[in-house]
Amino acid sequence: MVAGSRPTSCRNYRCWIERLNHITESKTLKFALEKTTEDMEQQIIRETFHLVSKRDENVCNFLEGGLLIGGSDNKLIYRHYATLYFVFCVDSSESELGILDLIQVFVETLDKCFENVCELDLIFHVDKVHNILAEMVMGGMVLETNMNEIITQVDAQNKMEKSEEATLGMRVSFVTVYSIAR
Amino acid sequence: MPAVSKGDGMRGLAVFISDIRNCKSKEAEIKRINKELANIRSKFKGDKALDGYSKKKYVCKLLFIFLLGHDIDFGHMEAVNLLSSNKYTEKQIGYLFISVLVNSNSELIRLINNAIKNDLASRNPTFMNLALHCIANVGSREMAEAFAADVPRILVAGDTMDSVKQSAALCLLRLNRTSPDLVPMGEWTSRVVHLLNDQHLGVVTAATSLITTLAQKNPDDFKTSVSLAVARLSRIVTSVSIDLQDYTYYFVPAPWLSVKLLRLLQCYPPPEDAAIRSRLTECLEAILNKAQEPPKSKKVQHSNAKNAVLFEAISLIIHHDSEPTLLVRACNQLGQFLQHRETNLRYLALESMCMLASSEFSHEAVKTHMETVISALKTERDVSVRQRAVDLLYAMCDRSNAQQIVAEMLNYLETADYSIREEIVLKVAILAEKYAVDYSWYVDTILNLIRIAGDYVSEEVWYRVIQIVINRDDVQGYAAKTVFEALQAPACHENLLKVGGYILGEFGNLIAGDPRSSPLVQFNLLHSKFHLCSVPTRALLLSTYIKFINLFPEIKGTIQEVLRSDSQIRNSDVELQQRAVEYLRLSCVASTDILATVLEEMPPFPERESSILAKLKKKKGPGALPDVEEVRKEKNTSVNGGVEPLGASATPPSSTDLLSLSSPTSLTPASTSSTAASLLVDVFSENHVPAAPGAPLGPVADDNFSRWASSVVSLCNVRKPLGGNCESPPAHKLSPRRFVCKNNGVLFENQLLQIGLKSEFRQNLGRMYVFYGNKTSTQFLNFSPSVICQDALKTHILLQRGTALCVRGAQLQQVLNIECVSEFVEAPILNIQFRYGGMLQNIAVKLPITLNKFFQPTEMTSQDFFQRWKQLSAPQQEVQKIFKAKHSMDPEVTKAKIIGFGVALLDRVDPNPSNFVGAGVIHTKMTQVGCLLRLEPNTQAQMYRLTLRTSRDTVSQRLCELLSDQF
Repeated sequence: MVAGSRPTSCRNYRCWIERLNHITESKTLKFALEKTTEDMEQQIIRETFHLVSKRDENVCNFLEGGLLIGGSDNKLIYRHYATLYFVFCVDSSESELGILDLIQVFVETLDKCFENVCELDLIFHVDKVHNILAEMVMGGMVLETNMNEIITQVDAQNKMEKSEEATLGMRVSFVTVYSIAR
Repeated sequence: MPAVSKGDGMRGLAVFISDIRNCKSKEAEIKRINKELANIRSKFKGDKALDGYSKKKYVCKLLFIFLLGHDIDFGHMEAVNLLSSNKYTEKQIGYLFISVLVNSNSELIRLINNAIKNDLASRNPTFMNLALHCIANVGSREMAEAFAADVPRILVAGDTMDSVKQSAALCLLRLNRTSPDLVPMGEWTSRVVHLLNDQHLGVVTAATSLITTLAQKNPDDFKTSVSLAVARLSRIVTSVSIDLQDYTYYFVPAPWLSVKLLRLLQCYPPPEDAAIRSRLTECLEAILNKAQEPPKSKKVQHSNAKNAVLFEAISLIIHHDSEPTLLVRACNQLGQFLQHRETNLRYLALESMCMLASSEFSHEAVKTHMETVISALKTERDVSVRQRAVDLLYAMCDRSNAQQIVAEMLNYLETADYSIREEIVLKVAILAEKYAVDYSWYVDTILNLIRIAGDYVSEEVWYRVIQIVINRDDVQGYAAKTVFEALQAPACHENLLKVGGYILGEFGNLIAGDPRSSPLVQFNLLHSKFHLCSVPTRALLLSTYIKFINLFPEIKGTIQEVLRSDSQIRNSDVELQQRAVEYLRLSCVASTDILATVLEEMPPFPERESSILAKLKKKKGPGALPDVEEVRKEKNTSVNGGVEPLGASATPPSSTDLLSLSSPTSLTPASTSSTAASLLVDVFSENHVPAAPGAPLGPVADDNFSRWASSVVSLCNVRKPLGGNCESPPAHKLSPRRFVCKNNGVLFENQLLQIGLKSEFRQNLGRMYVFYGNKTSTQFLNFSPSVICQDALKTHILLQRGTALCVRGAQLQQVLNIECVSEFVEAPILNIQFRYGGMLQNIAVKLPITLNKFFQPTEMTSQDFFQRWKQLSAPQQEVQKIFKAKHSMDPEVTKAKIIGFGVALLDRVDPNPSNFVGAGVIHTKMTQVGCLLRLEPNTQAQMYRLTLRTSRDTVSQRLCELLSDQF
């Protein structure tokens, strides 16, 4: 099983991220929804996985947009990390290489926030992953690219979360990690 | 400390996720989820008020379940409640849920908007950000209406925090894209421009995105942004000691901002002010210089960031197209990238170079890289890159290198990916024609095209070669000889047969002197392939035969025999039969002189714009095709001759069925020789019938026939020009109501497309034939209809010919199988997407599949009827509606409508003869629902009373809605 994120999209520009896994059917986590239907989104994800996963290592990281993702104006830009693919669907208003770097920033940020991020972190903390992504991409548009800035924001949110929990005086005891999940 | 500690959060959620992960099967997973859903539901419904934490936990679980692909139909209210919590974590989950799950027309939108309004006013930057994110992510019209005034105010307010400004800028951008009419320009616009000077680079980046979009629409309002953008860019690019607040990424200063600024500048022409202009040139030079410096880091991130800026700078240089030195430098830089080991860079270099090729300053420089590009075509492993290489070869082609490039493309075509073959075929055809010095080369090239990729050779291409052969007498003999030789191949493509048939019919005499290609040999050669062809090709060949009778009187007997054979004269296809009958008769009754006049050589085609070119343009969008205009001027000939079938230039009467599109009744061609026409009146006055509907025929196939024959059939179709390049053609949507009581007709029509329907239903199954008629003169690209329907109805696209609509009135037919599983209300939606003129067109039409289509009429006696009527007397089984008549109350019309509705009309059942009574059974896969209905007209009051009784209340309700709408 796998988690991932769903398209964040808007009319002219779409930028979504998804993680796909080699082995299992892809499950997804949505970030924002366009007018696309549920089925169509699943179809997009499947098709994208199909397209991306069969590509060799040293081909380019851009894929011409098929009809599914809104025609030839849109491109799929992806990066491959171990078992995970991060795929963005981007229209022509963004620089291709810039988006490749943005994916890198996203992954580096995840890595910093989760300390050596692994797939399970992304599954068990879908909401946090979304928070981080929300600091970078908003309504399908690139919001922030500076990793330190992003981490500062995430940190601040985390502190707030902490203080809220402290005042409640509960649930601090569950510090053990879910190693059972494996 | 990691920013997200792994331990905190919601334990229940984590346990749930682990459970799901431990499920061995899909069924187990669903079971676990259903259990959880039941639990959450009971918690939400329980008497005990939930605290914020529990609410958050359950909403989060629902979210997770939704993301696993399951439907969630409750919990929205709880999520909305979370919005008004003053705890960040609760609020945040609430917003996340809303952004993901609440659609814009939800009833909750007012509550949500209220919560957002409070958060925007809270002056707490974190809350404001959450609210702005939500607006941007949902982006609905309602939200735009509610906040279009607030967001700009927050954006330009002096005391707004930087992070909020950033979000506000992008939020505004989003609203501007979704509902531009609702975002008013105002005094904030000038202040937005000054955000380019902001201290915080994140704010500048977001503001630049916003300004770029706004400037594309209102360039004048944002003119001042040019100088500010140049100043900002220059500070980033040229100065060494600037504090970029961590916005340096792998040694590259603020790459994203630089890219954005360069994009913004591409909205404007080169700056007029000399100082700004030289400063910008300086920047661009600096960027080009940096590309030559040794990299500061070996990491790919460094080179990516650096090159992102470089490519954007090159785009700007190409956009300005005014500095020859910069253009040449850009070209050299791209040339280096062409051989770079990074595939990404090779891809982007090819793409950018395509644009460079169209500049007069750099066209020659681009040409020097031809060999590299050709080798890319041969050696690249990535189809995306090869596709770019094809594009670039096309763009750099001119008279000097045309023969080589065309040869390479033809070579490549043999192994090319199927997805790009059609495009390559078009490109080869255009280049071959555009740069043909020697027309025999042109003919060879096109025949090669057909040989290599016959399936991908569209009609335009072979029309075009015929047209050029007809218009140029120096190539006719050669063409006849070449096609004759090509036809010797044991298996040849049908397109070749079409070209061959046409050319031999016109110019077969030019090679008849050679005994190896004597008339009889030519005829036998063609006829040996006749039976393997489709109907349109056979029709064309029949025309060739009659032409042969004129060209070669010595084989008249042989041909007449063929025409007379049962397989022709009694052919089941009406078009073929008609041609055979008429040609045979013509050959018998007409004197040699008349024959010679009627069947004389085709006059040259009138000059017109190349439709291949138009087709390719549509395929690629205008930008991608440099030099196209020039081609058109060079060779202003037309492919298709004088005849256009109905769909293109004539508007069929709106009442006709779409099927009329397929009738080959061509328009009177402008160039028809009047003598021929008048002669024909005499010849045909007795036995000519208007061309019957049959398979659509290509214009060329029709030419022989229609130029002299159809002109006689007085077709006074009014030519009505299509309104130019309409970007969004007004749709003429025909009311779906019309289809409740009938099964055929025109479903949809706009300037581009007409959709017709024929359908038949039997019990719970139905079959629907959907006809798509292209009303334009160009091809629609990526034409893809799809059907979305609910579970209660299964549709299955059975058959679909072609993925793209061919030119001019050609039709695409689709067959849908429909199965009604259970009763339904929502009709399935037919979604059609295609590209026309570079614009993605999206059409969604409701298919007129209504519950009543699955009626089987039931005849019954008066006694039976009333007995059953009484059985169905439970109050919810009966639905009654009294309504005013919208149409005249003609009993005959009403009868027809009731029968059309699907029920049996029972005569003499109702004691009152003016009432109508009907009975039928709705068939669905799950069940059958008997239905009795009674319609009582009251002519004086102009009212009806409709009573329906069925065993199911929902069915009664639905049928009543459907039927009452008809009168």
